[in-house]
Amino acid sequence: MKRTRHRLLGVRVLILSLFAALGVQLAFLQVVAGDRYREDAQDNRIREVVTPAARGLILDDLGRPLAQNRSRFVISVNRTDLERQPDRGEAVLERLGRLLGLPATELRQQISPCGPGVTEPCWNGSPYQPVPVAEGVDAQTALQIMERREDYPAVTAELVAARDYPAPEGARAVHLLGYLQPADEEEMAAQEARGLRDPGLQRADLVGRAGLEKQYDDLLRGTPGVTRLAVDHAGRVTGTVEQVAPVPGNHLVTSIDAKVQAVAEQELHAAIERARGQIDDNTGRRYEADAGAVVVMDVRTGRIVAMASYPSYDPQVWVDGITPTEYQRLVDEESGGPLLSRAFQGGGAPPGSTFKPISAAAAAAAGFSLTSTYPCPGSLTIGGRRFRNFESQDYGDITMARALEVSCDTVFYDIAQRMWLRDGGNQPVERPSDPMQRMARSFGLGQPTGVDLPGESPGRIADRDYKRRHWERTKDETCRRADSGYPELAPSEPARARFLEQLAKENCADGFRWRVGDAVNFSIGQGDTLVTPLQLARAYAAIANGGTLWRPQVAKAVLGPDGHPVKTFEPEATGQLPVSRSTLDYLRDALVGVTTHGSAARAFAGWPHDEYPVASKTGTAEVYGNQTTSWFATFAPADQPQYAVVMMVSQGGTGSGTAAPSVRKIYEALFGIGREPVLPGGELPTGLPQIRPDSTVGQP
Amino acid sequence: MIAALRRLDWLLLAAVLALSGMGALLVWSATHARQLSAGGDPNAYLYRHLASLAIGLALAGIVTRFDYRQLRIHGPVVYLAAVVGLLLVLSPLGRTVNGSHSWIDLGGGFSLQPSEPAKVALCVSLALLLTERRASGDGFRSGDVPHTLGLAAVPIGLVMLQPDLGSAMVLTVIVAGILVIAAVPVRWLTGLALTAAAGAVAVVRLGLLDQYQIDRFAAFANPDLDPLGAGYTTEQARIAIGSGGLTGQGLFHGTQTSGQFVPEQHTDFIFTVAGEELGFAGAAVLLLLFTTLIYRTCVIAARADDLFGALMAGGIGCWFAFQTFVNIGMTLGIMPVTGIPLPFVSYGGSAMLANLTAVGLLQSVRLHQRVATPQSGELLTADAVTALPRRHRAG
Repeated sequence: MKRTRHRLLGVRVLILSLFAALGVQLAFLQVVAGDRYREDAQDNRIREVVTPAARGLILDDLGRPLAQNRSRFVISVNRTDLERQPDRGEAVLERLGRLLGLPATELRQQISPCGPGVTEPCWNGSPYQPVPVAEGVDAQTALQIMERREDYPAVTAELVAARDYPAPEGARAVHLLGYLQPADEEEMAAQEARGLRDPGLQRADLVGRAGLEKQYDDLLRGTPGVTRLAVDHAGRVTGTVEQVAPVPGNHLVTSIDAKVQAVAEQELHAAIERARGQIDDNTGRRYEADAGAVVVMDVRTGRIVAMASYPSYDPQVWVDGITPTEYQRLVDEESGGPLLSRAFQGGGAPPGSTFKPISAAAAAAAGFSLTSTYPCPGSLTIGGRRFRNFESQDYGDITMARALEVSCDTVFYDIAQRMWLRDGGNQPVERPSDPMQRMARSFGLGQPTGVDLPGESPGRIADRDYKRRHWERTKDETCRRADSGYPELAPSEPARARFLEQLAKENCADGFRWRVGDAVNFSIGQGDTLVTPLQLARAYAAIANGGTLWRPQVAKAVLGPDGHPVKTFEPEATGQLPVSRSTLDYLRDALVGVTTHGSAARAFAGWPHDEYPVASKTGTAEVYGNQTTSWFATFAPADQPQYAVVMMVSQGGTGSGTAAPSVRKIYEALFGIGREPVLPGGELPTGLPQIRPDSTVGQP
Repeated sequence: MIAALRRLDWLLLAAVLALSGMGALLVWSATHARQLSAGGDPNAYLYRHLASLAIGLALAGIVTRFDYRQLRIHGPVVYLAAVVGLLLVLSPLGRTVNGSHSWIDLGGGFSLQPSEPAKVALCVSLALLLTERRASGDGFRSGDVPHTLGLAAVPIGLVMLQPDLGSAMVLTVIVAGILVIAAVPVRWLTGLALTAAAGAVAVVRLGLLDQYQIDRFAAFANPDLDPLGAGYTTEQARIAIGSGGLTGQGLFHGTQTSGQFVPEQHTDFIFTVAGEELGFAGAAVLLLLFTTLIYRTCVIAARADDLFGALMAGGIGCWFAFQTFVNIGMTLGIMPVTGIPLPFVSYGGSAMLANLTAVGLLQSVRLHQRVATPQSGELLTADAVTALPRRHRAG
């Protein structure tokens, strides 16, 4: 018995130490780590149901809604409530199916959560979220559901906002506004990576995918409301823990004027129709006029008043849900890629003679006199090649201003050649001065303008660097051709094959070299240089306003849901032209001459030049393998500039024949020539529109 | 009679009553939400629990009055009854609950889990065996261990066949505990421990365990491994206890409990209800009550004036201690999940009856002690003396 008592003592000590261990672990879990486990417990039992916030309006300068929300009835089924029905809701779905003209099995399918083994259509949102089963139903159907609650438990009919683009005054502004699409996996993942989740983006949320809807998505979207439901282990809802109302999105006031926008859209279309009615002398076919764009900018601020692009599309396709085939058609090259705005996307086009004011500014800065005269022969032989005067004939000795007016190429060829020689010609000096390329950069070409729209093309300046990079990229193919020639062409077109082979041999050997031909082409905006209409509008606005390069802006202000200003977007200067006051004055006068008695004089016949002098430059750019691009770049009134208007029509013929008449029409609308001015008092509004508490909008 | 009442171990009784009372509340809280959501009577489990508590207390009272030494005559019957009960489980009368074929259907909605009374029976019969073998001399004999193991092997084997790993472990611990307390030499104990360890390795290697049992151990080692599979229970239990904090969320207000996130919460995981709803304060009280219960059991064993009483009480002490430690340990994540209920607290009639019967036995050992405890200096009362069998009266 004595040893038994000893053993019992040992057992007792062992048991007490084990229990002490339990006590320590208990204290650790509950006292030390308690907070962490409390959070885990919250995650366990709380499920969130999201009420979407009303997206903010996008308004024009006078408060006309360019994008708004339209109410429509949506029928939704609450799965939690449905499961509580005695027959798990079979009868309800049966009844609802009859009302909506859908089989009950299809409704059941629609509300089943997506997962392995579940075929589409299925619900891929939160299982606690009511599932929309019919959208855009008529009011009578919706009322039946709302009034006969006892017949339709677990079914709701609600007015839900859908995005709507009402095109006030006919201004559709499709490319400016962009469109919305449901958030995709990538965006959800990106949000998760940023650690945002409460409440953040939900799977069914619409997200801006282009244009202003994308650029200002965060401001417009608002904050969704969240209802936190308590659930048990099986996911059954046991109560409501918290309810947070949604906060509507902010409204965006833009500098777009719906009336000007409408005119711009119409005139772009008219220009394209005009081009298609003309025969191209080079090809003998009608002009394709496959794409085009127009920009109207306030030269004093850089704000965009109107901007349109062709081809366009119907924004309604996004609202009703787009099918993959429709989407393919929208992005398809064949249909011209209507999703792209040619005003600032799609790469740009060679600017042609609209580039000449920049060449002239470069010449002036490089010491070429603006007062002396320059010979303008019909053609010029440079570096063993004849360079023609494309748009004009032999004018003899003329001033620089006259060269701009009549768009004489040979004057600029000569200047470009002399600049090239100064830089050492084929044996370039260590640091070539390249005045024209440098000036192009100073005018903001070859880089994004920084416009507040997504996906802007930077364009391209085809300078020495570009040529070397291009040669490095292509030399393998070029040198292969130099060796093998063009045997596939030789039988049918022996002359062309020989020419191409010779070209390949030259390019393979020293295609990186900045030749005089490159310099000469550059001076008249031909070759590989690419410019977007927006870049050109900004450059011309800078000539107009005394040399300031503005950052183009569409957004003017953000107003809170109740209308109070949240933020205003001030004009932002991004640079100053390295061009003297006198040169700018000289250019302005010369460009007015283009309109009064130069290449655009015919398009502006009968124009009140004294009252509203227009400075302009036509451009007809060659594009290898295509018809010419029609450009017309302008600003007005030249003596007190307000607007820069630039139009471009791809494969659209000449600048004077296609684009110029349409730009004239836009100025007529702006200034009220032969018609009522579209702007109240003929001026852009300076104030902001008022949003009243009842969400109606008042003019500034 | 009054004197006998005064000689009861009141501290032990108080601990048992307090544990049972708290258990009833916790079972009620653990089940009322589930009953409500299933459309049942929210108090159904409480009533059944209280009913078995009442029956168990009555049984404990009877056993207390009964002189434990009488069991030296009835011991074999107790053992045989337990074995028959375990055999019945394997007969067509047996029922399967939660994958364990551990029940006998008694009809009328009542069923019995014979592995619970088998625990009592094993304590009694092993204590009896060793006492009888030492009746001649007072020392260890080399046949003690094989005999003990042979006797225990039958019920343990039958429980393993059900299969009920948890109960088999409890029975094994009872055997080990009694052997230790019976002063079996250390070399024997070491040999047994090594054999058991080798056996455990062999069982795992030879694939004698079911996959779910291996999974539970794996999940124990790393609960984040598969939070919705084997590790789910462990994780949810820890969340429930951890979220209780210092003072708990209040009875009936635990979100993990009312949401039924912890499976088997009214039985094996009842401690998580205490952890969540009563917090560290309540759970620590529960732990202190168990400490008191086991401490008093050990005191009764140490003061028993015969080997039989000491071994039986010691065996019961090991049983309670092991079940308590493993059960609370698994809810706290320091022990693997095994189907072992928390004594006096978990819902379950068979266990309640077995536990309270064991308490009756403990009180009986205490009540029928020959002399006053040296600490208290209390003298043996006449009533108690007359209750003693004659041959022990002198001393």
